[in-house]
This record gives sequence, C-alpha cells and structure tokens, in this order.
Amino acid sequence: MTTITHEDHHDHKPQGFLNRWVFSTNHKDIGTLYLVFALLMFFIGGAMAMIIRAELFMPGMQLVQPEFFNQMTTVHALVMVFGAVMPAFVGFANWMIPLMIGAPDMALPRMNNWSFWILPFAFTMLVSTLFMDGGAPAGGWTLYPPLVLQTGDSFIFAMFAIHMLGISSIMGAINVIATILNMRAPGMTLLRMPLFVWTWLITAFLLIAVMPVLAGAVTMLITDRFFLTSFFNAAGGGDPVLFQHIFWFFGHPEVYIMILPAFGIISEIIPTFARKPLFGYTSMVYATVSIAFLSFIVWAHHMFTVGMPLGAEIYFMLATMMISIPTGVKVFNWIATMWRGSMTFETPMLFALGFVVLFTIGGFSGLMLAIVPADFQYHDTYFVVAHFHYVLVTGSVFALMAGTYYWLPKWTGHMYNERLGKWHFWLSVVFVNVLFFPQHYLGLAGMPRRIPDYSPQFADFNMLSSIGGFAFGLTQLMFVYIVWKCARGGETATAQVWEGAKGLEWTVPSPAPFHTFETPPKIDDSVVAHGNHM
Amino acid sequence: MKKENTLLVGLAMTAAITVVTYAILVAPGFLTDSGMNMTEGVTNSSKAVYDLHMIILWICIVIGILVFAAMFTSIFLHRKSRGAVAAKFTHSTKAEIIWTTIPILILVVMAVPSTITLIELEDNSNPDIIIKITGYQWKWKYDYIDEDISFYSSLKADSNAARLTGANIDPTTVDNYLLDVDNRIVIPIGKKIGFLITADDVIHSWWVPALGWKQDAVPGFINQAWTRVNEVGVYRGQCAELCGRGHGFMPIVLEAKSEEDYAAWLVEQKSALTVTQAETQRIWSKTELMAKGEAVYEQQCAGCHQTDGQGLAPAFPAMAGNPVTNGSISKHIDIVMNGSEGTAMQAFSKTLTDAEIAAALTYTRNAFGNQTGDLIQPATIAKHNNG
Amino acid sequence: MADQQVDPQTERKAVQRKANRRTLRRLILISIGMFGFGFAMWPLYEIFCDVTGFGGRGVQEVAADDIQHYQDQREITMRFDATVNSGLNWQFEAVDSAKTVQLGKLSVASYTSINISDEPVIGHAVFNVAPPEASLYFVKTECFCFTEQLLLAGEKKDMPVTYYISPDLPDDIESITLSYTFFKNIPATLAYNNAAKKEISNQPNPNNITTNDTRARGE
Repeated sequence: MTTITHEDHHDHKPQGFLNRWVFSTNHKDIGTLYLVFALLMFFIGGAMAMIIRAELFMPGMQLVQPEFFNQMTTVHALVMVFGAVMPAFVGFANWMIPLMIGAPDMALPRMNNWSFWILPFAFTMLVSTLFMDGGAPAGGWTLYPPLVLQTGDSFIFAMFAIHMLGISSIMGAINVIATILNMRAPGMTLLRMPLFVWTWLITAFLLIAVMPVLAGAVTMLITDRFFLTSFFNAAGGGDPVLFQHIFWFFGHPEVYIMILPAFGIISEIIPTFARKPLFGYTSMVYATVSIAFLSFIVWAHHMFTVGMPLGAEIYFMLATMMISIPTGVKVFNWIATMWRGSMTFETPMLFALGFVVLFTIGGFSGLMLAIVPADFQYHDTYFVVAHFHYVLVTGSVFALMAGTYYWLPKWTGHMYNERLGKWHFWLSVVFVNVLFFPQHYLGLAGMPRRIPDYSPQFADFNMLSSIGGFAFGLTQLMFVYIVWKCARGGETATAQVWEGAKGLEWTVPSPAPFHTFETPPKIDDSVVAHGNHM
Repeated sequence: MKKENTLLVGLAMTAAITVVTYAILVAPGFLTDSGMNMTEGVTNSSKAVYDLHMIILWICIVIGILVFAAMFTSIFLHRKSRGAVAAKFTHSTKAEIIWTTIPILILVVMAVPSTITLIELEDNSNPDIIIKITGYQWKWKYDYIDEDISFYSSLKADSNAARLTGANIDPTTVDNYLLDVDNRIVIPIGKKIGFLITADDVIHSWWVPALGWKQDAVPGFINQAWTRVNEVGVYRGQCAELCGRGHGFMPIVLEAKSEEDYAAWLVEQKSALTVTQAETQRIWSKTELMAKGEAVYEQQCAGCHQTDGQGLAPAFPAMAGNPVTNGSISKHIDIVMNGSEGTAMQAFSKTLTDAEIAAALTYTRNAFGNQTGDLIQPATIAKHNNG
Repeated sequence: MADQQVDPQTERKAVQRKANRRTLRRLILISIGMFGFGFAMWPLYEIFCDVTGFGGRGVQEVAADDIQHYQDQREITMRFDATVNSGLNWQFEAVDSAKTVQLGKLSVASYTSINISDEPVIGHAVFNVAPPEASLYFVKTECFCFTEQLLLAGEKKDMPVTYYISPDLPDDIESITLSYTFFKNIPATLAYNNAAKKEISNQPNPNNITTNDTRARGE
C-alpha cells in the first residue's frame, strides 16, 4: 500500500488494466469505478423501469406475467437505490472529498478498494436471481414478511447480496469519516469545509448507524426462513409489523442518505454560478444535522396503516412535519444565494435549478403524506410513487447529473459539449415531469401501487406517464454520449473551469493529476469554498 | 437594480407561476371535480379527509407559488447577461428567523385539523354491525359476526379471464374491469359498521377510497376500522398492500343498501345458506348435474377454456380430450379445488359451492366429446374438502 | 529523502495513519453495536408494546390468587373473535360473539375448538386486543394462548379465558375485541405423529409411515 499511495512522481499511474483498476487504491480511480458502475446500474434499473412502464402502457396484461412484474418493481428499486444512487454518491465522495479538504487520498485506501469490488459481485448475485427457479424476490424492495419468505430459491442469494451491499456501504462510510476527521489539510477547520463534505460526513454517520440495522433485519428474515425462529412469524408468537419497524428505522435515514449528499452538491453549484457566497453556511450545516437527527425518530410514518395506537400516530405525524422546517431552510438559503447574484446558466446550474424546483414539489407531497388522515388515502398509491420519484429522480439523480457536469472538466481535463448538455437538461426536465406528474393524479384517483394491470379509468394518465418514461429513458443515452465524448476529448479545461468556482479542488490542474496534495496545501480565505468566512 | 423593478418582476413571476399552476392543476378539473382528485367519498370522515387534503394542498400551492416566484424573479433579474453584479452578503439573521418561524406557524395550523380528524377516524367505539374481513392470497372473506353469514369475495370471472397475459380480450369491453367481484360486501346505510381486519397468509390492505381510509390486514393480528355510509351505492376498491402475484386482482366491491334492502339481503343470504347445505346433502341426477354444470362452466370456466371446450393455446388448455378431464377423478377434483401452481388455473374450493364444483366437473367430463360417464356428487366434493 | 526522522511530512503521515486506525476501530465497533441494536429491537419492541399497548398485546397475566382489583359500575362491550389459519384444519369458535361485562369483574370467555382432520394436530394460538390501547387494561388469569394445544382427530376441546378489565380503562373505550388466531404448529405436529408412529412401527409397515409422513409435511 505505502509504495503506491506514497508515490513521489505525480502522474505516475500503475501500468496495466489489472494494476490500474482492479488493485487500485487511488481515490480518483476508485471514484471513477464507482461512477461507471453506478451509471451501468442506472441503465439496468432503468431497463426494468421501461418494462414496468411498457406493461402499464395500456390496461390488460400484454407483455409479462404478474409475478415477473413484481420481480421488476422489486429489483428495479433495489438496483436503483443500492446500485445506482448510493454508489454514485460514494463515487463523488471518493473523487471530491480528498480534493476538497486537501488530502492526498482517502484515509484507508485498501479498504476503499474492497468496498468497491464487493459491489459487482453483490449485484451479479442480485441480478442473477432473475434467472433462478421461482424468479427474483417479488415482495417489494421493503422485503416485508411474510410475503418475502415466499420467495423461491433466490431468497438466500438476494439476502446475501443485501448483506454484501451493506458491508460495502459501511466500509465506504468508515472511509469517508476517517478521511474527513483525520486527513484535512492544516487550516481546513470543520467549519471551513465545503458543504458537500459536511453533508457526506453526516451521511456517513447515518450509514454506520443504520446499515447494520438492515443487516440485522435481513439476518432475522434468514433465520425465520431456515432456522425456524419466529421473529416475524405470527404463528410462532412473532410479529410481522416488527419487521416494518426495524426496516423503516433503517429505511427512513436511508432516504436521507440518498438526499443529503445531493444537498451538498447543489450547495456547491448554486454559489459558483451565482458568483456569490453560499447564503447561511452555518445554518445549512445545522439544518443538515437536524434533518439527520429527525430521520431517526419518524420511521413509522411509512406504516400509518398497520394499526397503531392513536398517540403513536399523532406523534409520528408531528415529528414528520417538523422535517419540513430544516428542509425549508435549505431551499430558502439556496434562493437567497441566487438573490442579487450574477447568474449564468450552464448545464450544472440548470440541473441544480431543476433540482430546487422539483425537489421542493417532492417535499410538498411529502408534507401531505405526513398528515395521517390524508395518508390513509394516499398510502400505497401512485401518489406515493410520484412523491418518492420526485425526491429521488428529480432530487438525487438530478443532483448527480448536476455534479457530473460540474466536475467533469476537472475529472477529464476537457469541457463537455455545452449545447448537448443543455439539450439533455431540457429534454430530461420535460419528460421527467410527463413521467411522474400524472402519477399524482393516478394515486389520488385511487390507483394502488405495485399493480401490473389497472382499471381502464386510469388508462390515459398511465399512457402519458409511460410515454414520458420512454422519452426520459432515451434522453439519458445522451448523457452517456456526452460523458463519453468529454472523456475522449474536447476543449481543454482550465484549472478554475468555472468563473465563479471556489474551493481547493479548483486549485489543482484539470484533469486532476493522479496524485494531488501530497504536500498539504496552504488554506486561506481565497481558496476556501463558498461562504465559509470564519 | 432598482427596488420597484424587483417588485414588478416579482409580481409578474407570481402571476406567471400562478397561471402555470392553474393550467396544470385546476383548469383540467382535476382539483374541482372528483375525476382525478381524491374522492370526497360517501361518509362524513371521508369528507373530512378530503377537506384536509384540499387545505394542505392549497397551502402547499400558495407556498410553492411564492417560493418559486422569488426564485424565478432572481433568475430573471440577477443574471450576468443583464449586467447584474453579485452582492456580497452571506447571511441575514432577520430573514433566517422569519423563514424558520413562518413555516412553524403554518405547521401548527395544519396539525390542528389533522389531529382532530384523526381522532374522529380512530373512534371505533359502539358499532351497530360488526364485519370481520380476512385477506387471503388473493381474495377477501367477509364474516358477519352476529349474523352467521360468511363468504369469500374474489375477482369476477370475466375480469379474471381478460387479465391473463396474452388473453387478447379488450379490457374496455369488460364491465368494471378488475374492479368487480363475485360476492359483494353489503352494508346498510346510516349504521356504524365496525370492521375487524386480519389476514390469513401475508399482509393485505383493505381499501375502498369512498370510505376515506385503508387498513392493513396483518396475519395473527386484528385491526379495527369503522364507517357510516350516507348514500346508497356501489363503491369499489382494491387491495393496497403488495401481496404476491395476484395483488392487482383482488378488488373490493362494497354495496351500501337502504336498511330494508339490507334486511332483505340478510334473509336471502341465510336461505341461500340453507339451500347450499341441502344441495350438498342430496343425491343429484345426471341431467341436473349437466344442466347446472353447463351454467357454472359458462360463468366460471369458459372465459379461459372457452364455451366449446377447445381452450386457447398456449395458456388455456382444451377441456376436450384433456388427460385431467378424462383421467382420475380425484386429481381432477384436486386441480379444480386447489388450482394449479404456476398456471392461470385458480382454486375454486372457497369460491364455489360443493354442488357447483360437482356439477362443473360432471359437465366437463361428459361434454365436448369427453365420455367418461362419471357422475360426481356434491357430497364427494364435501368429503374431499374435509379430508 | 535521507532525513526522514525530522521530516514534518512523514511525521504528519504517521500521525494520520494512527488516527485513521483509531477511527476505523471505533467505527467498526459502532457498526457491530448497531447490528446488535437491530436484534435488540426485538426485545425492545416487546417492552415498548407492553408499555404502550402497541400491537394489542400489552396484556398483563397474573396468577388467579394474585388478583387485586376493585369493581366499577361501568359496563363495556367485550367482543370475542376467533380465526383459524388456513393451514390448520380445525374449527375454532367463540361461544359468545359479544358480551357486556362490568369493569373489574372476573369473567370467562369461552372458545371451543374441534379437530376436523383425521389425525392428531398440535395448534398454537396467538391473541391480540383491539383497540391496542385497551390491552393495557386487559388482565387475564388463565389462558390457552401461546401454549401448544393437542387435539386428536375429531376431538373437541373447550378453551376458557379468565380475565377482567381494569376499572382504570379510559372512558373513551366503550368496546374491546379479544381476538385469537390458531395456527398449526407444524414441527410439533410432525414430531408428535412421528413419535406415535414409532410405537406402531413395532410391527413394521414402511408404507404406512411414508403416507403419514407425506401428509404431515404436506401442510
């Protein structure tokens, strides 16, 4: 390890594919691996979404069997959550955190390598369950027993894959925390760190706290299935609802694991293109911490209909509503950052603005879902589907797109094609709304989620949604093309890249050399990112 | 940038966003009639839930318009291409206090009616009639606890035939496609109906939107819910919790009748029960079985296996010359009663009476050119059922 | 670099490496702790349910001679619900579907079950109380729940539950439903029938054993 990470020649990369990528301990290469892997998973999960939308194009079952449809919804969710969104953010963390805090590499480079290379194996196993006897798990990504225990031979493989994903995430999180706590350049105090680093630090603590809880729940499912325990089996005195409590104790923080780093990326991009420091840096940090804290005490709002005592319902409703306060603070701060700035609208900024608007819409529907009596109607309908896709697609995924365009010149040394980038944004933003906005109406009109076929009264909006879905899916091929072209060549990027960009990552040349900050950089206000005026 | 200028643009943006919101949300009638909005339903509590939904929705719309108007005002005015020069401010304690306090106040305003409605919804005391609902993969069972009436309710045969992959039946030609059942749950209007909700195998969720709530059915646990329907009518709903491959195919149809009609329905159900028992016990002639069998076949089986018994390849095997209809009786009974795993063949033991199954079996073994000559009595089915 | 000992760079790296190891150790411990916490949620949940009535199982169980309570004039409606899981071929019914009971007064709820299958079966009942809050005031002194119940083929058994409702029951609860669900205890049934068969198999009849085995497992 030491011989590689402490390499003195700055651009001396290991030779050969195996040495360069498979045994890599370099944070930039591992970051690239994560990002490429996430992109691949995004398309695999996306292909499943296309099958779902194709089946739902018209009433009647035209293409698949209902059990296969259920496998698609389940595996689509698992792949997108654990394979696309989370690894993509870890990729960003790997690439950017050391560059942003002036560290030569991640704290634990060898563990970094393991945590990535677990993923391809885990996902090969997960996707291979589709070809097993009885098919892939079809009980939803929430894995509720007793239904999930009816899964065929693939059950143990899927559970094992989830265990591996959990271990990978935990190792990634440990690495992020160790890097941020121990590897900062002298003078990079905690309250001078860019907001992306802050949101990732908090996200990493969330991961450490809840991924093991998921592992516990999955282990209990395994023993219930194979070793005759009765944690969740009513026949043996267990309680299926207990699983839901444990799952959502993991699941709600998990939602924030997927959105907090997105907040971080957006908080980097808006000040750059507004040419103005981030408004309310400190309140942004506090808002992130309070969102993370609240995420641990609101889990049962995912399960208002399981039959809870009145007092519990009122408590979880009020606690959930409180989340909108720090989230609101963030949105207001972003707008205040733009206010009286000097804005330009390159692709990263467009995606960031799209994020602010559409994520806020997802936030509104989230607030509506918190209201228990109304949730009795909304729960498990397409209204919920619309809600979490607004938060995850136009939220997390848009932030990932924004971040990719933002840092792509730093990664590749070339500018991407701005005209195509803008097309990608406008097509995405139109079609994603055609795809998900009608789903609000479907849910309100009474269409349950996770059904492979529906009454003809829902036909028009489903067809509209499917058309939006196919178009949104096709549009994403543009993204691959743009990134590919940019990696291969293009206008040479400067170190600064963006006129308003501030922060350590812009002090190194583009493309960032293989080794950076072997000698810790000098930190003063001129290189500290937006708004940190200590 | 001058102050008036900002104000003017702000107002213009507010107006523009309001127009867009109106175009997307209000004008197509989504929010004004019940077409594509939450239903107002037919109970006082469903109306309360609807009102709550609308209050929150409007609050969100107003906040949204203001926030986005501010954002787009800034996007319009404070752009480099218009020569805007970036200000330097990084925080404003006053602004931050304002935009933390106002949302708190709004939340309090929202929390009060929500809590009141919730307390009403959860008041399960003193029902007039109690109905126990049990979810099965993939049908519902209704027990009228004080009336000794109990029946299963599953997807109607015509929907069930049309919903099969590759069935080539246009769903729009099927009445209430996927939202129709063989046996409806019937309740009287104006009475408080208490529901005890549980499940047999996996978690289901009982949901009729017109009643304003859904409630999970959890195996081993009993949940409570209640309703008091104000209007006579037929209200449709679906299972709302993923419960396996038939999740989309276990609808709920609730019929609210006047008190007199409900009383008549009870009498009818009870006499039907007596008839069913008598049917099972007596010995049937072949003519009787064939006549009844043809009727049952037409209603339950012909959707897939076709009226002429030729089936529809590849999913639905022909009855004519079929090894099952011409082979061992007990295997035939077993398939009809319990369904066939991995195929579209569903289990009929709980949805059809013994006499109906016996008749349908006898019919299929002696029609379409099948000539087994077998005569299957309802009592045989009853015995199979309990063995 | 020959002069490594005084190089501040190298020293810094060594310090960092130590700090990283320490962070790693601590975070691994936290992860393991949280894994344990996942399991701890099981007993915690039981305690939580007992305290809040969540799930409708916060019922107290006391020995018959330990009862200390007073009676109250208030009366409420008790409803009795019986469910048999489809895996169990029994009839199981509450003798009365509803009854008016006086708070604090000891009452008996009667259930009966009949094994309508043709072999001995061990069943296992779970119960809960709705509304869940009411379970906190439901005190039972004798019950068949959570214990294995053996019924021979065709056997009928009365299953009484002796209980009272604490007079502290909040005024807004006017009716309580006590619900039992009987499940088949598959392993116990299998073990019982195998043991029974062994006794018979002194006169060996392998065919017989195979058939019965299959049937028992067929559930």
